[in-house]
Amino acid sequence: MPISFLRRPEAIVVVVLAIAMIGIGVVNPAFWSLDNQFGLLRSNVVIGIMALGVLLVMISGGIDVSFPAFAVAAMYLTVKGMIQFDYTGVALPFFAATVIGLLLGGFNAFCIRAFRMIPLIVTLGTASVVRGLLLGLVGTSTINVDKMPPQLIDFGKTDLVNLTLADGSRYGLTAMILIYAALALAIHLALRYTLIGRSLYAFGGAPEAAARVGFDTRKTLFFAYCTAGALAGFAGLLHASMIWLANPRDFVGFELDVIAAVVLGGASIFGGKGSVPGTLLGVFLLVMIKNSLIIMHIDTTWQQVVVGLVIIGATTLTAWRDRKRVA
Amino acid sequence: MNTSLIELRGVGKRFSGIRALDDVSLAVRRGEIHCLAGENGSGKSTIIKIMSGVYQPDEGEILIDGTAVKHLTPVESVRHGIQVIYQDFSLFGNLTVAENLALNSFLRERRRLVSWRAVRALGRRALDRLGVDIDLDAEVGALPTSAKQLVAIARALMSDARLIIMDEPTTALTRNEVERLMTITHAIQRDGIAVLFVSHKMREMLEISETLTVMRNGRVVVEGPIVDFDEASITRHMTGHDVSTAIYSRTHDAGLAPRLEAKGMTVPGAVEGVDLSLRPGDIVGLSGLIGSGRTELALALFGMRPDHGGEIRIDGKPVSLRSVADAIRHRIAYVPEDRLTEGLFLTQSVQRNILASSLDRITRGLVVDRSRAEASTSEMIEAMQIAAPSGTTLVGNLSGGNQQRVVLARWLLTEARILILNGPTVGVDVGSKAEIHRIIRDLAVKRGLAVLMISDDVPELLGNCNEVILMHRGRFVERYAAGAATEDVLTDRLRTLS
Repeated sequence: MPISFLRRPEAIVVVVLAIAMIGIGVVNPAFWSLDNQFGLLRSNVVIGIMALGVLLVMISGGIDVSFPAFAVAAMYLTVKGMIQFDYTGVALPFFAATVIGLLLGGFNAFCIRAFRMIPLIVTLGTASVVRGLLLGLVGTSTINVDKMPPQLIDFGKTDLVNLTLADGSRYGLTAMILIYAALALAIHLALRYTLIGRSLYAFGGAPEAAARVGFDTRKTLFFAYCTAGALAGFAGLLHASMIWLANPRDFVGFELDVIAAVVLGGASIFGGKGSVPGTLLGVFLLVMIKNSLIIMHIDTTWQQVVVGLVIIGATTLTAWRDRKRVA
Repeated sequence: MNTSLIELRGVGKRFSGIRALDDVSLAVRRGEIHCLAGENGSGKSTIIKIMSGVYQPDEGEILIDGTAVKHLTPVESVRHGIQVIYQDFSLFGNLTVAENLALNSFLRERRRLVSWRAVRALGRRALDRLGVDIDLDAEVGALPTSAKQLVAIARALMSDARLIIMDEPTTALTRNEVERLMTITHAIQRDGIAVLFVSHKMREMLEISETLTVMRNGRVVVEGPIVDFDEASITRHMTGHDVSTAIYSRTHDAGLAPRLEAKGMTVPGAVEGVDLSLRPGDIVGLSGLIGSGRTELALALFGMRPDHGGEIRIDGKPVSLRSVADAIRHRIAYVPEDRLTEGLFLTQSVQRNILASSLDRITRGLVVDRSRAEASTSEMIEAMQIAAPSGTTLVGNLSGGNQQRVVLARWLLTEARILILNGPTVGVDVGSKAEIHRIIRDLAVKRGLAVLMISDDVPELLGNCNEVILMHRGRFVERYAAGAATEDVLTDRLRTLS
């Protein structure tokens, strides 16, 4: 491997991922089966799309813990609306869910900007308000598969390839992975090749200097939080269509998984650093670890321990890397 | 004479009733190197902010190229070619050199997309124009301060600058780096660009500027070609009174027994066996480049390097200095280089800071004797002439000079007999500096303290020490008695070491 590759922050994730995959493969040879790999990729989609949004926020030097609440609100409202109006399309609902998330994200940005508030506090607050309002005003009951709009379920069922196992059961690779890939590419290009994308890095690295140089930092902030909200809203509805139900209490504790994945992918909690390729790898690594714990029949409570340790480990590693660079 | 690039006429500015600027007139001509001098709080920063459009003057007018500008905004100021290089450089440490250099142009052209080929080309052009070689792909955060400054200057030039204002540009630079900055400044000037240095370092002003403006208390006190000034006159204008520059010489008996005697001092990796002797009333200067071992020697004497070797005697008795507690017990005091991070509690009161190292002495049983605490601190505040409204003022709200006095006061309260000072006047303005020097001399003469003064400031060493030692690679390479060396000799010798 060339040295320049090893210097890239993503290199650590690649190495860790490779070691983890080999290790898990040794313990459980079924890990390498196409069936399992397809399943893994499928589990990447929703958490990955949310992670792309959180990546933007973290590069800007902020943090977002409200996106699971926004996702659930966008998902539940849209599904309720579809049932209410007997709507049969798919595109409009996804558009609606995205817009709901975008507006809520805009509210985050507004509070942070207008009241000069710490992003963690603002997003903790909006998350609580949105979840509360959803359950209090819209409903508390899960919409099950029998009530779910069928076209949503069909959309979620779309496969890229379809194969049959020896025992006759069928499995496939979900087409949703294409949506994930397209969004990842779009965010990657935006971060790398647009001035608004670069303004996120500048703002996250030195907010004061960004304003002095002439960036419209208000636009930067709204871009980060609105995109995070929009991606969360979209991912929320996608999640419902893939699991065939809409639960207004869904996504609890999701923020930790997503933040862990983004940090694992090399983003700095202090802002100014992070990339889409790194995030994709971080998401894959986290999903794979959790998935393997399930296969090994390890209790969910212990999975939380693992996610917590991953966050601490990964942030320590990135912080150590950043400090070393300064020294 | 051609018209000025920027001119302030009778400018005044108030902040919540307090006059920051009073009837200030100042003109910077095209292509000249102008120096704006003044102590902290004299109004220099306010002038920078008015020229860059951050503040609007309450009275007076701003003329650019001879035309009055009604309401100068930051954007307009930049469009008129005025660029400010702040002390923190306003660079992005997480981005590469190339991107830092290119972003301004992209923003000015209101681009939406970023071409990385254009980024590199712009970066290359900016560095070439300055004639410096810095890796375009390096992250700015990983560069040394001097390189960051060059990037900031290169970036300013990219914005079609006609006037570059540099705020205290030499504060964090070594001697060699300052000289390089001077060379580059001359190169910039050859391109017809004016430079306004805002500084309180006199030597550099005299070396580089053509015109000097001195401010005091929000007013311009004097202005003219630099040849009309010398260090003493600049200081007089800045402080409003003469600052004594008499050389410190010992009047004591030369046969006095040493207070501190160190033989064969070693610190692994830093000090290679040196002999040092301090008599009561001595002020011994110690200089050398960063990494010469001077700080390690000081730390060893203060018990912070328990791995040191050699024999240390205080008043003739061998002592072991393996911890700070040991050192304090033997009445050794150390004022660190960076008083802000190592020596002071900024969010605590003056009183608490002064008492911090003497608490056990004024404690009865388990409680602090409040009246004794009051009495001894107010005595100190007066003796050290600390300009604080009261003992309860937070140290963070004091000026650099007064903060330094608080640190000194704390150690004097411990009844120290050996005082080690590391860079006692770094970042302190001229007036306070002279005052601190006077206090140190007084301590040596009247209280018989033995002082070891580590400093980079050659005039400070020559003016205040009865002996100056140069250290290099862990050894003492040169010793000068008071009056035996001139500034040039010492500066040249230091240069040959680098």
